[in-house]
Amino acid sequence: MSDATSATEAPRHRKRLNFQVLGPLLALIVLVILGASLNSNFLSYGNVTNVLARSAFIGIIAVGMTFVITAGGIDLSVGSMAAFVAGVMILAMNSLIPTMGIGVPLIAVGMLVALATGFAAGWLNGFLISKVGIEAFIVTLGSMGIYRSLVTWLADGGTLSLDFDLRGLYRPVYYDGLLGVSWPIIVFAVVAILGELTLRHTAFGRHCAALGANEQVARYSAVKVDRARMATYTLLGALVGVATIMYVPRLGSASGSTGVLWELEAIAAVIIGGTVLKGGYGRVWGTVVGVLILSLIDNILNLASIVSPYLNGAIQGVIVILAVVLQRERKSAD
Amino acid sequence: MTVPVLSAAQVSRLFGPIQVLFDVDFDLYPGEVHALIGENGAGKSTLMKILGGYLQPSKGTLRLDGEDVVFPSLREAEAAGVIMIHQEFNLAMQLSVEENIFLGREIKRGPFLDKPAMQAEARRLLGRLDCPVDPKMRAADISVPNRQMVEIAKALGRNARVLIMDEPTAVLTNRETDILLEQIDRLRAQGTAILYTSHKLDEVRRIADRVTVLRDGHLVRQAGAGELTEHQMAEAMVGRELSDLFPDKTRPADEVVLEVSSLDVPGHVEDASFTLRRGEVLGFAGLVGAGRTELMEGVVGLREAQGSVKVNGRPLKPGSVQAAREAGLVYLTEDRKEKGLLLGHNLRENLTLLALDRFTRIAIDSRKEEAALTHAFEEFDIRAGDREMNAGSLSGGNQQKLLLAKTMLAEPDIVIIDEPTRGIDIGTKRQIYDFIARLTEAGKSVIVVSSELPEVIGLASRVVVMSSGRIAGELEGDEIGEDAILRLAMGLQDARDMQERAEREAQPS
Repeated sequence: MSDATSATEAPRHRKRLNFQVLGPLLALIVLVILGASLNSNFLSYGNVTNVLARSAFIGIIAVGMTFVITAGGIDLSVGSMAAFVAGVMILAMNSLIPTMGIGVPLIAVGMLVALATGFAAGWLNGFLISKVGIEAFIVTLGSMGIYRSLVTWLADGGTLSLDFDLRGLYRPVYYDGLLGVSWPIIVFAVVAILGELTLRHTAFGRHCAALGANEQVARYSAVKVDRARMATYTLLGALVGVATIMYVPRLGSASGSTGVLWELEAIAAVIIGGTVLKGGYGRVWGTVVGVLILSLIDNILNLASIVSPYLNGAIQGVIVILAVVLQRERKSAD
Repeated sequence: MTVPVLSAAQVSRLFGPIQVLFDVDFDLYPGEVHALIGENGAGKSTLMKILGGYLQPSKGTLRLDGEDVVFPSLREAEAAGVIMIHQEFNLAMQLSVEENIFLGREIKRGPFLDKPAMQAEARRLLGRLDCPVDPKMRAADISVPNRQMVEIAKALGRNARVLIMDEPTAVLTNRETDILLEQIDRLRAQGTAILYTSHKLDEVRRIADRVTVLRDGHLVRQAGAGELTEHQMAEAMVGRELSDLFPDKTRPADEVVLEVSSLDVPGHVEDASFTLRRGEVLGFAGLVGAGRTELMEGVVGLREAQGSVKVNGRPLKPGSVQAAREAGLVYLTEDRKEKGLLLGHNLRENLTLLALDRFTRIAIDSRKEEAALTHAFEEFDIRAGDREMNAGSLSGGNQQKLLLAKTMLAEPDIVIIDEPTRGIDIGTKRQIYDFIARLTEAGKSVIVVSSELPEVIGLASRVVVMSSGRIAGELEGDEIGEDAILRLAMGLQDARDMQERAEREAQPS
């Protein structure tokens, strides 16, 4: 390869890359400016922390979803899975109070239960999809219904509440933080950074993209296709567990309506961030931007009373469709 | 002669700053087959696409029946009876043959489809091509050559006066090619003008009335097909003297590196046994569908198979491509677009996918990857316009070289190459043959699966011939010849019978 050709080709390439990279980022910046100009409280410490902390649940899940979608899959069950994990976690903790007493060890056990339940639920999805060979859409549509129904059954149609004293002890996990940054934000940031590094710089990440782009090629290239695919769903399940650990101390309860539509918000964030829905290309940092865009819209509508907050869903819907249209335009412009 | 039905006058085409076609004149008369040949990247596809209305010329004009014409899109070209048949088929696999033929111009009665009329017409069109396919069958369920026939029938149904055929025989066996050529003959007799491209020069000589040779976007030769020998055509394409296409064969060692015994690949191959020696090129010949690819995929663990595979005397774990790779056995697929390369990904990611563990500790070392890419560019003479381009934008020959480079990164001892030069120009073929020879010199062993007999004969020191899922025989040294291979491939005779007969004839009675 001569230096002359790479030098002349490089600028064109950089320009195209810039546009792809800048799209979601620009949207985010525009939203921040818009928010700041509409309400002086928008950039206050309290509001920023609130927005980021509430983004964290969907965000942590969406990072896992980025892997699943990059590898050519989809998971519709994460919202009900989160509710189910929360329910199991609360039941486990409440029932262990007599034996363990209220204390930090019990909370640690509760966290382990949540992680294990999420891991197992994700693994089961992955197993049915890769080993049994049922389509991801069908499997996760099914498990979405199953988990939702299970948590409603566990709560007997009502609400599962964490023991009051235990709740007091667990509360700081959502409301406190380190150096003024609350724990959910820290955990979200760590998950996002690890996710980006994994997707971009490890063999597993490369294999996910290869698998999503063309499964046959991956198979012929000695990629352990089934294992990689199962790993994406299992990782997502485990991250649902992590998100639940951060979510439960916020309200201290779970019910049949916990986590409703989270799966769609997570998928929307992934797509807005520039990950290709049919797989082959994904970026975790884009997903983070996507999550922030979605929560900022919600936040701005609540702060500024120009448009009814009830229209939040409609605006988010328009943004998702717009993001995909822009992705397609970009492709044909190449 | 009459007026050409379609012609291009002084046509040029630029892509950005790069000119790929320079003032080319080309014409097609009714009732002639005009072959367009050239190496990959010579501008054949561009010229065909301009004639077919897929691309606009940057300079120059098209003429239809002597009148200047512009085809803003293929729709107008099709309306004028100019129809292009692509190498990769444009059939909707889930639809029936009849539905495909009438796609977009369905016959209706009132608001409803007139199925009987369409089926009758489809049957008539297929009958004209002597193609016995039932119009009700799904396109996915018919054979590849029949799909080709359906494409042609679809074109005929659109009243094609000009057929542009992009390497129609690339995926066909010799027998299927014969059938296609007969049908082209028939269409020619009916007055259709046919533009025909192929890398197989013997075919060009057989079927074409005239030949046009393109090289680097320039028209370098135009002559009656009878006036040029295959050798002259090849030289005109390459632009230099062609010495012998095949390198000298090396002598294999006695040591057996791969031993396959009684391998069954359910539904495809029964009871296959063969051995491969160190430093050997073992050829696998047979008709398409004889089970060669399936056998090889069974050997390397890409398909379920029963039987024993031993690499260097040690049994190979069945059903695991990873185990095969670790044992130094790799398979290079015939289907580079669907199974070999990630067309939408860049060259670096494609290159290292198979041997990614060699570039990874915890994270992938991208600097090492870049170095490997630079090395691959040099060693395999991969010509890419841009290091960051996608594998799908490479020409076929360069894709094949990238696939070779990718496979060799795994540092295999045994390489199975399936159709090493399918759809590749003669210059690149030569490079790939040389590369195979270098491999054996370095003590590696190679299996070449190929439907091109000259290739098998020219490269292999031993040839295994398959027929209907079984190994029909094995030829060695001077026994290797087109005739002997074909006999075995068609299942006419067992090699042993032939030998016995030869011995009997040799004995004085």
